[in-house]
Amino acid sequence: MSVHNPMAHDSARLHVTGAARYVDDIPTPQGCLHLAFALSPVARGRIRAMDLAAMKGAEGVVAVFVAADLPFANDVSPSVHDEPLLATDRVHYMGQPVALVVADSHLSARKAARLLQIEVEAEPPILSIEDALAAESFFEDGPRVWAKGDAKAALGQAKHRLQGEITIGGQEHFYLEGQAALALPQEGGDMVIHSSTQHPTEIQHKVADALGLPMHGVRVECRRMGGGFGGKESQGNALAVACAVAARQTGRACKMRYDRDDDMIITGKRHDFRISYDVGFDDQGQIEAVRFTQITRGGWAQDLTAPVADRAMLHADNAYLLPHAEITSLRLKTNMQSATAFRGFGGPQGVLGIERVMDHIAHDLGLDPALVRRRNYYAAPHKASRAGLANTTPYGMEVRDFLLHEMTDQLLSDCDYAGRRAEIAVRNETSPILKRGIAFCPVKFGISFTLTHLNQAGALVHLYQDGSIMMNHGGTEMGQGLFQKLAQVAASRFGVAVDQVKITATDTAKVPNTSATAASSGSDLNGMAVLAACDAIRTRMAEFLGQGAEVRFANGRVTWGDKDISFAEAVAACYQARVGLSATGFYKTPDLSWDRAAGQGRPFFYFAHGAAVSEVVIDTLTGENRILRADILHDVGASLNPALDRGQVEGGYVQGAGWLTTEELVWDDRGHLRTHAPSTYKIPACSDRPAIFNVALVDGENPEATIYRSKAVGEPPFMLGISAFLALSHAISACGTGYPNLDAPATPERILAAIARVRS
Amino acid sequence: MEVSFLLNGEALQVSTHPTVTLLDWLRERRGLTGTKEGCNEGDCGACTVVVQDLDGVRAVNACILFLPQIDGKAIRTVEGIGADGLHPVQEAMITHHGSQCGFCTPGFIASMVAGHANGRRDHDTVLAGNLCRCTGYAPIIRAAEAAEGATAPAWIARDAAWLATATKTTHAPQNSDELAALYAANPDALLIAGATDIGLWVTKQLRDFDEVIFLNQCADLAEVHVRQDEIRLGAMVNMARVHQVMAQYHPSYAEMIRRYGSEQVRNAATIGGNIANGSPIGDNPPALIALGARLHLRKGDVRREIALEDFFLDYGRQDRASGEFVEAVTLPKNAPDLRCYKLSKRFDQDISAVCGAFHMTIEDGVVQDARVAFGGMAGTPKLAHATMAALQGQPWNMATVEAACAALTQDFTPLSDMRASAAYRMAAAQGMMRRYYAERQVTAVSVLEVTP
Repeated sequence: MSVHNPMAHDSARLHVTGAARYVDDIPTPQGCLHLAFALSPVARGRIRAMDLAAMKGAEGVVAVFVAADLPFANDVSPSVHDEPLLATDRVHYMGQPVALVVADSHLSARKAARLLQIEVEAEPPILSIEDALAAESFFEDGPRVWAKGDAKAALGQAKHRLQGEITIGGQEHFYLEGQAALALPQEGGDMVIHSSTQHPTEIQHKVADALGLPMHGVRVECRRMGGGFGGKESQGNALAVACAVAARQTGRACKMRYDRDDDMIITGKRHDFRISYDVGFDDQGQIEAVRFTQITRGGWAQDLTAPVADRAMLHADNAYLLPHAEITSLRLKTNMQSATAFRGFGGPQGVLGIERVMDHIAHDLGLDPALVRRRNYYAAPHKASRAGLANTTPYGMEVRDFLLHEMTDQLLSDCDYAGRRAEIAVRNETSPILKRGIAFCPVKFGISFTLTHLNQAGALVHLYQDGSIMMNHGGTEMGQGLFQKLAQVAASRFGVAVDQVKITATDTAKVPNTSATAASSGSDLNGMAVLAACDAIRTRMAEFLGQGAEVRFANGRVTWGDKDISFAEAVAACYQARVGLSATGFYKTPDLSWDRAAGQGRPFFYFAHGAAVSEVVIDTLTGENRILRADILHDVGASLNPALDRGQVEGGYVQGAGWLTTEELVWDDRGHLRTHAPSTYKIPACSDRPAIFNVALVDGENPEATIYRSKAVGEPPFMLGISAFLALSHAISACGTGYPNLDAPATPERILAAIARVRS
Repeated sequence: MEVSFLLNGEALQVSTHPTVTLLDWLRERRGLTGTKEGCNEGDCGACTVVVQDLDGVRAVNACILFLPQIDGKAIRTVEGIGADGLHPVQEAMITHHGSQCGFCTPGFIASMVAGHANGRRDHDTVLAGNLCRCTGYAPIIRAAEAAEGATAPAWIARDAAWLATATKTTHAPQNSDELAALYAANPDALLIAGATDIGLWVTKQLRDFDEVIFLNQCADLAEVHVRQDEIRLGAMVNMARVHQVMAQYHPSYAEMIRRYGSEQVRNAATIGGNIANGSPIGDNPPALIALGARLHLRKGDVRREIALEDFFLDYGRQDRASGEFVEAVTLPKNAPDLRCYKLSKRFDQDISAVCGAFHMTIEDGVVQDARVAFGGMAGTPKLAHATMAALQGQPWNMATVEAACAALTQDFTPLSDMRASAAYRMAAAQGMMRRYYAERQVTAVSVLEVTP
């Protein structure tokens, strides 16, 4: 059976030979036009006038559109219709598209876009948290508060109490392939869109609205993305809609791709957060009660800020049983790029909040932080919780599958955490300039979309009369290996080799009404849908062939009774007998219930777990630092493909560590993003990965009935990178007696400042 | 402009506008879309291609390489690398799961092919100029290690054979005399050396240039002369070659260059370009100034020589007359106590927030001579005169070092920007001064030398 095998990514050979095709590589029809946005030069104000003459007269320009020229909806928002494709009377951030240039080449379009003459009555932008709080600039209706027990009263009775605050920076996705779309006009006004998107159905929806068409008039296709990470969940809407409108108006194919600087200036990033805490605990470091205030800057439009901030609240417990908890969330509207989905979707920020609390408690009590963490864990299945507390999250969900006790035992033992921690303390005594640190961090991550209706998926499977198989489903491929995993599922259902399964591009004409490939759900949802489609066909074949006898599909053979024929022969026989060889499959996640207003229910089908230990070294003269070693144990249930899952774990860790170390977004006081290219925004490079990097997967099964008992893997490992941040904090604490209060990202500058704090 | 080169084994002669990049030409004119545009500024490596000339095989960024720069050379894109069957690094990348989204992969393949051809084992350095956002790099390094020593495909030798017989389509001065005459007659022309900076004027600032002079065929400007006491580097010596030279004579400077740009950038960027563009954050000038390097300028037949620090007059302003160009830089061969410290958010391929260079002679516990220079601390690379005065003639101890640190605040009033705040720049510069002292006391000071 092909599932559970560490097979190569289906496109690996195409990748290494340059033959894998991305949107900008698709051959275009003759006369294809190229688009670029002209951008607002100020962060906030009223547009007084725009002079388009220079743009229109520029070399190669075919047309220039402003908001008033759009034929139908001027809306690319994925949520509350507050995001026009082109600015109307006001601009809301520096970099907001205000006009669309259509030209005969990418370069001509870019050059012309810079010729925009715009007069804006500028207003002081709302940028900082303080600005936004003072202006009461919120999304939705003020703070959202979810609570368990009576945190305020319990805090008053706690023996120990600490308050603190951590500022957590955002993160640029830096998918290597920038945003891109291509629109091909069809007969009768229909439109075909190639889009680098995690969410083809939403592209279809937004394009249909922009063209005044029903959704059936628009077909969206995506074979693969050059990375997504959440940055292509909603941020591709603008390009696809722009191309579609321009293609409709000109009758010609239209393509748009952002230059990297434009991409970084226009599109949203991970939400930054400021999390303050007030925690009460006992002598053992066990939390009695905690109150969090999570403040996030959502940028100018709502986009996905509400569910992102919700997920931060839902992960404020991480792996810890909190007897009393109160979580307050403020979602600020600011004159910046509209913050959006990014791997973890608020979860990492919520987790970092409670991990800071654990670190702070341990420092306060002089205990090993790993010990404090374990003392606060949820109970393992069939074990009693501490003090007989109900084993429930702050949102009232019972934790039934908590694996971290045994995972922590194994990891800490395998990597000799205790021995190394003791050795580091000794070494630091005799090393005046360089200090080492080590830290452990667990992760428990809830799997499912918190918007319950999104937890559905469809698939379409055809068997052709020669026995070859075409598989299609609603998920998109952004590098995670989803297509390969699902081909392995389909091959396993039919008992054939995986190369008999043709993987095809995601296409809204094949599978409709898909959810974004997001929330780590791609394999869980689409895998079950593929399974359902395959089994529908298999059942029909078995009924015809076996006539009541049990029919087996294995090793490329179909067997029943004393019959043993090849799969191709079986398919041909079914075709001759007029057995339907095509089927759709549908799946919806069971057992979900979520009352968002009350903050109560079972929003997640299950939890995925991970655990990491990182060791670092810092230079106390400059704050420079390195990750020396990382040891990871991660829970993927029964892996569909251990090689691909390991890739997600390694990549997630490095991306998570980058978020908290070298990756710093800097806006100036005009709201200009100053880090808008890889020359100034530094994602990890090759040598930034840990020199020793041990990754192991838990040998287990998901107790829930997921696809072949596997677990989701896209987002959870991202949070393992938090261990590197905590290790830096540990190294800094070797410089003095104070608590480092390290903010993220821990750039050399922040580390040097924290060293000064612990010394004073 | 006419340009001749070998592309994936096919000899071509192309007529081109001088500032068309190789990447745009490959993708838009040739339909070779395997090579990707990731950033269009030479920082991500997705556009990396393999270039072979008489100096060997190397990786370069096609996005900021103008077609005239490849005249007479052999180019292999990812499509041509597998011409004789998959290259061992391609096989290894499949076997070791080195690609996920695959968009960076063609660039990684090109860098790995060049590294493999040169027998490199320092994969982190070879691949520092290739960014991957998916894998965390671990499987890519496993692939690079697995392919070590495997037999290289035959096309490398075939391309080399073509090079031996190739003739260039002359479009540029062939030596410094021709350049001097041409530039004196056309002083408004833009000189293009490695184009790792000027490339961005085209790809990001979208500028057009009426008149350009490519320097890449001035063979004598690319010469290195090591003499009894000094090293002379022609202006067109690329940073990869500078690294080789410094590895022999000034290892601390070499280690700084190892982190300067990336393999692809160092293969194109030149020492003359880095000096002549006058950037306050170029990394060569602080090291060279601390060494007491001399700059050699030429206009027509008139040559002059100045101390390098005197070249940098003010932010954006250098002591270079119209029609005058940098011909060479000379530096002392011996300076065992030179130390160069490059500080950035990321170790590899990052522009310095502060770059400090210290060159001090200490005898009998007394500072006999001190030259201290910084980049990133002012509008130009600059000597720290007050700091040097605080060191000169003083006993070599912590008290003197602290006095020198205090003096740094007289020398510099740094700026705050996205790389660092003014206060941090000053604190880090002082930290470097203390590090220099500690290093000479044989205290471990480099996080890069710590093993897990």
